[in-house]
Amino acid sequence: MCLKRMEAPLLRGTPLHPRTSQLCQAQNWRRWAGYVVAGSYELLHEREYFAIRTTAALIDVSPLYKYQVTGPDAERFLNRLIPRDVERCAVHQVLYTPWCDDAGKVIDDGTVARLDPDAFRLTSGEPNLRWLQDVAAGLAVTIGDISESLAALALQGPASREILQRLSDASLADLRFFRLTHALVAGIPTTITRTGYTGDLGYELWVEPDQAIPLWDRLTDAGAGYGLLPAGMLALDVARIEAGLPLIDVDYIPSNKALIEQQKSSPYELDLGWTVRLDKGPFVGRQALVAEEARGPAWRFTGLEVAWDSIEGLYAELGLPPALPLTAWRVSVPVYSKGEQVGYATSGCWSPILKRYIALAHLRSAWAEPGTELEMEVTVEHRRRRAAVRVVRKPFFDPPRKRALPGAEGVRGVSGSAPASGAPSGAGDAG
Amino acid sequence: MSPRHDVIVVGAGHNGLACAAYLARAGLRVLVVERREVLGGAAVTEESVPGFRFDSCAHRTGGLQPTLIRDLGLARHGLELRRPDPPVFVPTRDGAPLLIWTDPARTAGEIRRRSPADAERWSRFGMAARPAVRFLAQVRRMVPPDVPMEASRDLRALLGLLARLRYLGRRELGEVLRLLPMSAAELLDEWFESEPLRGVLAAPAVTGFFQGPRAAGTAYHLLGSLSPGPEVLRPTELVVGGTGRLTAALASAAQASGAEIRTGAEVGQIRTADGSATGVALVDGEEIAARRVVSNADPRRTFLQLVPPEALDPAFVRQVGHIRMRGAGAKVNLGLAELPRFTGAEGEPGLLAGLIRISPGLDHLEMAYDDAKYGGISRSPVLEAVLPSLTDSSLAPPGRHVMSVYVQYAPLDLREGAWDGARRDALGDLVVRTLAEYAPGFERSVLHRQVISPADLEETYGLSGGCAAHGEMALDQLFFMRPVPGWARYRTPVRGLYLCGAGAHPGGGVSAIPGTNAARAVLRDARREG
Repeated sequence: MCLKRMEAPLLRGTPLHPRTSQLCQAQNWRRWAGYVVAGSYELLHEREYFAIRTTAALIDVSPLYKYQVTGPDAERFLNRLIPRDVERCAVHQVLYTPWCDDAGKVIDDGTVARLDPDAFRLTSGEPNLRWLQDVAAGLAVTIGDISESLAALALQGPASREILQRLSDASLADLRFFRLTHALVAGIPTTITRTGYTGDLGYELWVEPDQAIPLWDRLTDAGAGYGLLPAGMLALDVARIEAGLPLIDVDYIPSNKALIEQQKSSPYELDLGWTVRLDKGPFVGRQALVAEEARGPAWRFTGLEVAWDSIEGLYAELGLPPALPLTAWRVSVPVYSKGEQVGYATSGCWSPILKRYIALAHLRSAWAEPGTELEMEVTVEHRRRRAAVRVVRKPFFDPPRKRALPGAEGVRGVSGSAPASGAPSGAGDAG
Repeated sequence: MSPRHDVIVVGAGHNGLACAAYLARAGLRVLVVERREVLGGAAVTEESVPGFRFDSCAHRTGGLQPTLIRDLGLARHGLELRRPDPPVFVPTRDGAPLLIWTDPARTAGEIRRRSPADAERWSRFGMAARPAVRFLAQVRRMVPPDVPMEASRDLRALLGLLARLRYLGRRELGEVLRLLPMSAAELLDEWFESEPLRGVLAAPAVTGFFQGPRAAGTAYHLLGSLSPGPEVLRPTELVVGGTGRLTAALASAAQASGAEIRTGAEVGQIRTADGSATGVALVDGEEIAARRVVSNADPRRTFLQLVPPEALDPAFVRQVGHIRMRGAGAKVNLGLAELPRFTGAEGEPGLLAGLIRISPGLDHLEMAYDDAKYGGISRSPVLEAVLPSLTDSSLAPPGRHVMSVYVQYAPLDLREGAWDGARRDALGDLVVRTLAEYAPGFERSVLHRQVISPADLEETYGLSGGCAAHGEMALDQLFFMRPVPGWARYRTPVRGLYLCGAGAHPGGGVSAIPGTNAARAVLRDARREG
C-alpha cells in the first residue's frame, strides 16, 4: 500500500514540465495546485521580470483550475455565482470576478470567458467544483472540471502581440482587452484571451495538453528576436503586485478555509466593489453585500508606498545601506497610525521598474484614503522598526498598452472598454 | 396595494389545513392551494373503486393532539375518532392469534400462553418505559431550539427541556439517554423472549423507516409506539369514515374561519424578492401575492423545486439535498366480499377493528429489511392492516368491506426494473398471498385491488422519494436537526416562508403538530412585523 503510493509523485508536472524542466537552471520548483512550476529559470528572476515589462515572457500557468460551464442555464448559473452581470457579457468577452458565499465573503476569484451564448469557461485559484455544483442545483447546466484537459500559457509583455501575431492566423489588431478569439497558432487550435496576471499587454493561450509543448517551442522560436524569455513565479509575483492584483491565500483567505469570521473578506473589502452589481438580480451573497454597501466596508485593500528616506534612515542608523526586498514577500506585516495598529500588509516588493518599495495592505476604512501617512513594520538587522508609508492608489504600474489597440498606444483608452464607475483603471477588466 | 391574502398555504395535507385553520382563526386572510382535485394530501379517503372508499395512504392517526380537536372544534366539523379494543390483532401461523388489549392484565393473559416470563414483564415493561415515553411526547410537541444557540430565547427553550429532563430524576434520565440511540432489537432483548411478541413490538419501530429493527435509533420509534398511560401500547386511533374525514373536518374548520381553499391549483414556483417570499405562481401562470407562504410540501420539493435557486444559499440547498428520503413501503387497498377469516378469530369481527399486524418475529423483520436494503421488495413483507369499514360501514357497499394494508419493505429505487404495472400486480399478489396464509380463502374474498407503489406516493401524492415522513425519522434528522440543523423552528432561509409539513419537527404521522407549531411561528412573526 505504502509502496504503491510512493510510485505516484505527490506533485505532478504540468503538460509543459518536460520542456520547463530542461530550461529551469535554478531548480527552485514551487508548488501550485498540486503541480510543480518553476520559481525562476535563471538563478535570479530579474531578467525574467524585465522580460515581462520590456520585451515578452512565456509563463506556464497550466495549474490554474478550469471549469467548463455549458447548458441552457449557463448564464443564469453564472449570474447566480458571481456578482458581475453576466447578461452583459458578450460572446467572446471575458470577465474578471470574485465570487462569494451567502454571507457575501469572497470564496475565490478568477475569470469567466464566454465562448458561446450557452458555454463559458471559468478559472479559479482553488478547487471549486463542489461549490459550483451546489450553486448549480436546480439549474439546467453541466459543469466539467477541465483543469487537466486544458493547458495554459501566458505570453505577457510589450512585444507579446507582435510575437503572437507572427504565428496566429487570426488578427490580434482588434482583439480588445478582456476579449477572446479562437485561432490557429502555428497550426495549433488555440483559444487566445487578452488577459493575464501582470497588468501589462499580454495574452493567455488555452490549448490541448499535448499541444502545449509544440506551442511553447514555436512561441520561443518566434520570440527569440524579441528577447522573449521563459518566466517563473517569482517574476510574476512582482509584476502582479505592481498591477495591484490580489492573490488568494496570500492577500485574502478564501471564506471556506477561514477559521474565524474576521479572516474573511468581502469584495468591497478587497477593493473589488466595482465587480458587484447589486441591481442585477439575486446572486449568492447579494443580501449581505446590499447591507455592507449601505453601511460601507470596514476594510479597504489599498496600495502602500514605503518612504525612501525613512527606510534609508533606519538602515543608516546602523551604518548600513538600505536592503530591499528584490523578491516579493508574502507575510502579514502590521501597519500603524500613531502607534495604533490600523491594518496589515500582505504582499510587498521592490518595484524595479518604478524604483519604489510598494506593498498591498488591508486598512481600516478610516485610514485608507490615498495620501494618508502611516507606518509599516520592517525588520532591520533583527529589530522590529517602523518605516513611514503612504497610502496610494492601485495599480502602481498601469501602462496604456495594457488595454490599448495598436496605433492607439499611449493615447487613450478604447471605446467600449471604459472602466465601470468606481473601477480603478486596470484593476482587471471593466467591460 | 396590499395583497388580498396574508398567507398562502401550499398543499392541503392535514398539516397544511391545520395550519390554515389556526391562522384563519387568528384573523389572517388565508388561501390554501392544493395541486390535486381532492384535499388531504396523504391523509385522504378516495372512492377509487365505485362503492369502495379507500384510505389511499395513511389509515390511522399518530399522536393527534386533543388540543387541536378542541381549539378548532373539529367535532362540530364532523370529526369522530375511535380507539378499538383490542388495538392490535396479531394473526399467527400456529392458529392462535395474539391479542394486545388495552388492559395490560388481559394482554398478559394472552401472552402467558406463549411465555409466562414475557407475560409477567408486560406491565413492568410499560412502567419502565413510561418516563421516557412521556418525556418524548413532550419533546414532540415543543418547538426545537436552535443549535448552536445564538439567541437567549433558544437558551430558554433548551433550559426548559433540561428542566423536564431533571424532573425525570437521575435514574430515569440515565435510562432515557441510554435508550434513545439503541436499536429496537436490543431493547426487546432486555425484556421479551417470545418471537411473536417481539415481532409485533418491533414493527412500529421501523414502520415508514428504511431501517431494520437492529439499526441504531429504532428504539426511539419503539418508545414512540408506547403509551404514556397504563395500557403499554399506544391506542390505535382511527377516524370514523376514513382518514380523509379528518382533513375534511380541518378544511371545514378553516373555511368556517374564513380561509379560502382552492383545489386543482398547482404551485409552480414560490415567488421571492430580496430574500423574502412574495407569493406563488401557479403552473397555469396565475400569480397570487401574499406576505407569507407556508409550504406543506416536503423540504426537497419546497427548496429544490418550488423556491427559485437564486433565493437560497447553495450551502443550504446542499444540506436539503442530503436529507435522506427513502420511502420504506407501499399501500395495497382491497375491496372485500366479506371479512377475512383469520384463524382463531372467525365470527369475531370486533377483534379486527384495530390494527392487524403481520410481523412474525424480529429475525423475520430484519430479513424483510435485508431484501430491501439491496433494492428488492421484501419476499415476506411486514404488514399493517386496518378494516375501516368495521368502524364505518358506509365505506363499502352493504355486506362488503374495505381493507387498507401498509406493506413494508418496498423501496422506490429497485435494483432491477421499475415500478410498472407488472411490479404493482406482483406486490398486490404478494400481499394477498401473505394474508391468505393467516386467513384461509382470503384471496377468494378480494373483489378489488389498488396498489399504491412508492413511485405513486411520489407521483400522485407528492412525497419525494416515496417517503411519507418528508424525510426519514433517523436520529440525525430529528428535533433540532429537522429538516436541517439551524432551521428546525418552521422558519426557512427565505423570510416569510415556512415549512408546516412532516419535514419539520416532530415529523411524520397524522399528528398535525408540525402544522400547529408552524402556525404559531407565522402568528408570532405576523404580530411582530405586521
